[in-house]
Amino acid sequence: MTDKDIKKRIAISKFWDYTFMTIGVLSTLIGFSVLFALMSDLFVNGMSRFTYTFISSYPSRFPEEAGILSPLVGTTLIMLVTAFVSIPLGVGAGIYLEEYAKKNWLTNIIEINITNLAGVPSIIYGLLALGLFVYYFEFGQSILTGGLALALLILPMIIMATREAIRAIPKHIREASYALGATKWQTVRDHIIPYSMGGILTGVIMGLSRAIGETAPIITIGALTFIAFLPTSPVSTEFPYINFNWLFDPFTVMPIQVFNWVSRPQAAFHQNAAAAGIILLAMTLVMNGIAIYIRYRFRKRIKW
Amino acid sequence: MKISIYRKIKEGAVEGVFLLCGLSSIFITVGIVAVLAYEALGFFREVSVIDFLTGTEWTPLFADKKFGILPLVAGTLLITGIALSVALPLGLTVAIYLSEYAPHKIKEIAKPVLELLAAVPTVVYGYFALLFLTPILQKFFPEMSGFNALSPGIIMGIMIIPYISSVSEDAMKAVPMSIREGSYAMGATRLQTAIKVVIPAAFSGIAAAFIMGISRAIGETMVVAIAAGMMPNFTANPTQPVQTLTSYIVQVSLGDVPHGTLEYKTIFAVGMTLFLMTLGFNIIGFWLRSRIREAY
Repeated sequence: MTDKDIKKRIAISKFWDYTFMTIGVLSTLIGFSVLFALMSDLFVNGMSRFTYTFISSYPSRFPEEAGILSPLVGTTLIMLVTAFVSIPLGVGAGIYLEEYAKKNWLTNIIEINITNLAGVPSIIYGLLALGLFVYYFEFGQSILTGGLALALLILPMIIMATREAIRAIPKHIREASYALGATKWQTVRDHIIPYSMGGILTGVIMGLSRAIGETAPIITIGALTFIAFLPTSPVSTEFPYINFNWLFDPFTVMPIQVFNWVSRPQAAFHQNAAAAGIILLAMTLVMNGIAIYIRYRFRKRIKW
Repeated sequence: MKISIYRKIKEGAVEGVFLLCGLSSIFITVGIVAVLAYEALGFFREVSVIDFLTGTEWTPLFADKKFGILPLVAGTLLITGIALSVALPLGLTVAIYLSEYAPHKIKEIAKPVLELLAAVPTVVYGYFALLFLTPILQKFFPEMSGFNALSPGIIMGIMIIPYISSVSEDAMKAVPMSIREGSYAMGATRLQTAIKVVIPAAFSGIAAAFIMGISRAIGETMVVAIAAGMMPNFTANPTQPVQTLTSYIVQVSLGDVPHGTLEYKTIFAVGMTLFLMTLGFNIIGFWLRSRIREAY
């Protein structure tokens, strides 16, 4: 090979190297531009419907009068149930697997099982809730059923986030605590949980933001798509001031409302869908933003 | 030593509570399998398994009921195929770019933004596929129907890019720097290193990412339910409306099907099929992923 040949080869290799780099940048930009197109499309179509009455009205047969009050309240209440069930269960399971579990067959099964659950399609959780909560436990198509279905759905996410956060805590922290005579529970309570809070919080928020956007399981349990009333108020002026009747009320949620409006042929309803879609998207993006920020902050702050 | 007994009881109780939390995941799996199996068995008492698995007509909601799952499976595989032909090349290219080329600062921005792609509610993607992408595609394929497999397939592909790129990138990151440096020292470019060294070394992780992408695409519901129409066509033509396993369950759930009827049981039989398909892919993916750690 002459000098010239070698130079030519190098030039060709470099050419392909830079060509690929350009393709790589473009591929990444495709993702960005879809996100951008999606948001601008929603805004262009939905902005005109974006008024206060849209938020304060019930769904209606007339697109101009329809609003998202009941789905907004429904989503909020469902999220309350979901958070209330999934956070303690998920964090507890994560702590168990990282701090308490011995290396045996049971632990192995639980671990494999959680990985597998994370890959189960969301609609299957809907079928589970339909068979188990709606008909077997007879909770009906209620807020409780919906909240439980979504709680089970995001449980693996919360468990995995908790485990990852706990695993990042160095061993010497635990040993220092034991050396001072602390019991396991004291160590977990005073050291493990506070130090892994950032990671756990990130996972919890990510999980809840996923739950807010989930439509399939809620449709599967047979939630109604047209609800023009609110659930029973959880607080009242008479004793005992707080009640849980709302848990058993029928409901609708934001993504179902979007789905309902998209499925109609009239363009006016599509505008409503876009406007509700903006709100839904904003909720999930804000939650994700908060989660990413918390992760970033904690990663920066903690140096063991 | 009164305190120590009290302590022991408390410690034991706390551990018990945590154990119960850990076991909850097993109860969920048992619950899923039990519910699906119970209702699906009821279904198969009335419809033979062979007809179910080999029939090419799916009309359980009509007067003339036919229970052949193949049109739904074909629809699912068609859309999954379209989604993967978008997601695999793009996801892998993004992963190589981010892991081998991109400077730290770009990575810091690009990764969270890509993650947002996975965070957008699927119902919003459905809206986008039906009302934005389909009209554009119809300009290129005038004969394309308003509901079709192509548009939700493409959108689903873009939706799963972050899943594929992040798992593949993790696998590439696990390849030791020394191996790359060996390649650079021989005069290889970044592209040559990526193709000849990094990808083969991270192969099982990348394969796991692909498999998990497949499993996600099979289980995806709303994009398809909104934009693919709800017609169980036994076709491979992406311009035609199709129905998937998931969107059939949605269709039945939206209607008023009474509890305990054969129509009601069909969604569990379909759900069982879906569950087993994704389970198969998940197990392969899990196995491939556990091989990453063995490599070095």
